[in-house]
Amino acid sequence: MSVPPTDGLVVVPSAPVRRRHLMVRLLHDPVAVAALVILALLAAASVLAPVLTSHDPIRSSLFDTLAPMGPDHPLGADGVGRDVWAQLLYGARTSLAAALVAVAVAFAVGIPAGLLGGYYRGKADAILSWASNFMMAVPAIIVLLVVMAAVSQSTYVAMAVLGLIISPSVYRLIRASVVSVREELYVDAARVSGLTDGRIMRRHILPVVQAPSIIQAAQIFGVAISIQAGLAFLGLGSPSETSWGAMLNDAFANIYTAPMLLLWPALAICLTTTSLALLANALRDALGGKKVRQKSSVQRPKTSVRPARGAKSAKPAVRNLGAELLRVDNLKVTYPVDGGTRTVVDGVSLVVERGKVLGLVGESGSGKSQTAFSLLGLLPPEAGMQADGIRFDGDELGGLGRGAMNRFRGKRIAYIPQEPMSNLDPSFTVGSQLVEPVRQHLRISARAAKAKVLSLLERVGITEPGRVFDSYPHQISGGMAQRVLIAGAVSCDPDLLIADEPTTALDVTVQAEILDLIRSLQDERNMGVILVTHDFGVVADICDRVTVMRSGKLVETADVAELFANPQADYTRMLLASTLEDAKPRTALKGPAVGRRDRTA
Amino acid sequence: MVSFLLRRLLAGITLVLLVASATFVMLNFTGADIARNIVGETATPEQAWAKATELGLDEPLALRYIEWLGATLTGDLGKSWFTTVPVGTTLQTALPVTLSIILGALIISALVSVVLGSLAAVRAGWFDKTVQFSAVLADAVPGFLVALALALVIAVNFGWLPATGYVPYQRSVVEWLRSITLPSIALAFGAIAATTLQLRGSMFDVLQRDYVRTLRSRGLTENSIVFKHALRNAAPPALTVLSLQFIGLVGGAVIVEKVFGLRGIGSLATAAAVQGDAPVVLGVVIVMVLLVVAVNLVADLAYGWLNPKVRAE
Repeated sequence: MSVPPTDGLVVVPSAPVRRRHLMVRLLHDPVAVAALVILALLAAASVLAPVLTSHDPIRSSLFDTLAPMGPDHPLGADGVGRDVWAQLLYGARTSLAAALVAVAVAFAVGIPAGLLGGYYRGKADAILSWASNFMMAVPAIIVLLVVMAAVSQSTYVAMAVLGLIISPSVYRLIRASVVSVREELYVDAARVSGLTDGRIMRRHILPVVQAPSIIQAAQIFGVAISIQAGLAFLGLGSPSETSWGAMLNDAFANIYTAPMLLLWPALAICLTTTSLALLANALRDALGGKKVRQKSSVQRPKTSVRPARGAKSAKPAVRNLGAELLRVDNLKVTYPVDGGTRTVVDGVSLVVERGKVLGLVGESGSGKSQTAFSLLGLLPPEAGMQADGIRFDGDELGGLGRGAMNRFRGKRIAYIPQEPMSNLDPSFTVGSQLVEPVRQHLRISARAAKAKVLSLLERVGITEPGRVFDSYPHQISGGMAQRVLIAGAVSCDPDLLIADEPTTALDVTVQAEILDLIRSLQDERNMGVILVTHDFGVVADICDRVTVMRSGKLVETADVAELFANPQADYTRMLLASTLEDAKPRTALKGPAVGRRDRTA
Repeated sequence: MVSFLLRRLLAGITLVLLVASATFVMLNFTGADIARNIVGETATPEQAWAKATELGLDEPLALRYIEWLGATLTGDLGKSWFTTVPVGTTLQTALPVTLSIILGALIISALVSVVLGSLAAVRAGWFDKTVQFSAVLADAVPGFLVALALALVIAVNFGWLPATGYVPYQRSVVEWLRSITLPSIALAFGAIAATTLQLRGSMFDVLQRDYVRTLRSRGLTENSIVFKHALRNAAPPALTVLSLQFIGLVGGAVIVEKVFGLRGIGSLATAAAVQGDAPVVLGVVIVMVLLVVAVNLVADLAYGWLNPKVRAE
């Protein structure tokens, strides 16, 4: 009996069929079933109260004061000798009926108001929203105190008022649903085909708000029960009315002599309110599909690296100062999908040499960014990663935990993201987010770190470093933000720089400048660079070697000049052809790039 | 930002006036009965009439309303009909009690929900599920039942903390803390649940953002990423929820004060409402709504502090 999977996307339960599914799904949820059973039992008990007890709940007898449990009083008697069991049963009547009143009023007011405000918008909407904001700002219990003091002691009147006070929550729900449905095409179509507004609301809008309304009703029901109990506990309400709250009031007076008396009404209230809450929760789950579930079932990253043969004795006595900076062997990245896994990087191996630029090229979806992230340990938690080995300058990176990885990240391996604006923390100034890693990795004073960051900002071509340092990300342009991110990446003099399409999101004019900047920084600091890109123009401009990827697999790796002159794989040839067709003048790039950098390795 | 705050302040003042006026009208609906109530069942009609005249209850409602409004706006809340003690004086002794437990509850809710919400968002798995499930339950159980349970178990059974009474902090800070601990915890329960769920949700979203990945790429410690960067960005919606919860806290205080025998404005309100002591009820209503307005303003300010984009506007 598995719950059928539902779409993550919500969910317009417009037809009765869907509703039945909802019910079926609900009945598959043990928590929901338990809640429904408890609520049904409570309802039955309150209806059958006269059958289940022969006692009159409000008849007190001095003789029975605080009587213990026994055959005559199954749960004993309270401080004035009233039978507790009878009070519980009849109290359920009051609680349930009173809460029903509150729910009914809340919906009777909230639904029309929500339909009115959401459908017609304009002035009606403005007034209603204003009124609902006001009503929500006043503590309900205070209003109820005033009403019960001034107008009526009746619990039902109080609950009707509560329904009114709480109706803004219904109003908001209905209004929001209506606003979203109103813009749907089928509602437009209905309007065009001449259906009256009333009919449109009945046929197309009410079904949509039905399910969320049921959830809301369950919640309001619970709130009403606890507020009603609270009022009675305070001693408000007519004394001739039996209720759980009134029982608590009496029990509280005897808290030192008979604490058990508190238990029964408290239990009854808790059972009811938690059942309602769990029912609402289960309904939301059943309705919203797996949205919530998925979130809660995110797993830790499953990083398992099978060390390469002999890698156990991995740490070499002498750090490898040779040309090879990073060697990745047989990297595999997988994601869980319904009932299995999807492999997005499959057996990729690559080598980056110190002071050289490796281009990682492929179409979108080829797995190049995933490869870059896995080298930084930045895959999302649900991803799984395997490799025969990821050796960085003599250290094995695969399988390192977060803490161990942080000895490398930012300090020796740095990252430049693709989209500058979304990669700066919007809540902190540019300066503070650059200073933090510098201070952490280089262990220098705040003042020294600030000076370093300012000079870096200047180095990456920002004309007013001081102003940018104090700016928030939303105050600077995209090109500027990318310069900031580059400054952040090189701030601790890393050996390896991983740049994920660093120019894609930028204006064409800015692109060339940013590439120039990366190239000159790379030259100046003799960094190894992995440049992820889909653009052969960029490759020709800046790379020494190229690895071509397609659908997670490695296609070919070659020196740049070699690749452009003599591509081995058909796929590479096709990619090259399409790039060159797109931008004819670029044929010239191949020559100058190689010539300019004079690196034909 | 400043004009926004001014607008909020204006709306707040309007709210206080509206609510107070509505309360005034409701409480003064039945003039003669009130006087009868005060002088007692055995008094003669003449005595009742004299009382009504003394309190000005014989004047037309409109006139009394204008007089009351004028007095209230100048800060004069009148005298209790029953004890003739000025309402302002009564409120001054009661307010610190209520403020203590409400602020205590706010601080507890903020701290606990930050810890639980963040951990749930970061840890996922069973911990997350447990937090979510407990939050649903904690939200459902009425706060006063929590208060009763705490009073019964911690105070009455074990005697670890006082079950009743309030000690002013001027007398002893430790005793003051002890006297408000249980009420604050009881009051905080529901607010913790709602705020934790909100924080968990927004934290979860923030942790998936690009900039968090970039911060990770710089080798920042997990603590800095979660509690400095992600929390700062996830806090605004949680703050909104917490400020909404404050309204519930003010209401909850009324019941919690009864459980712990605290003479705050909540028990004042209950007693006055049962008696029909209109000036006291009115005073309490005004103070409570003012509190809500003040807290919302503070929340707006904090929102601006947390969110640089809002601050700039």
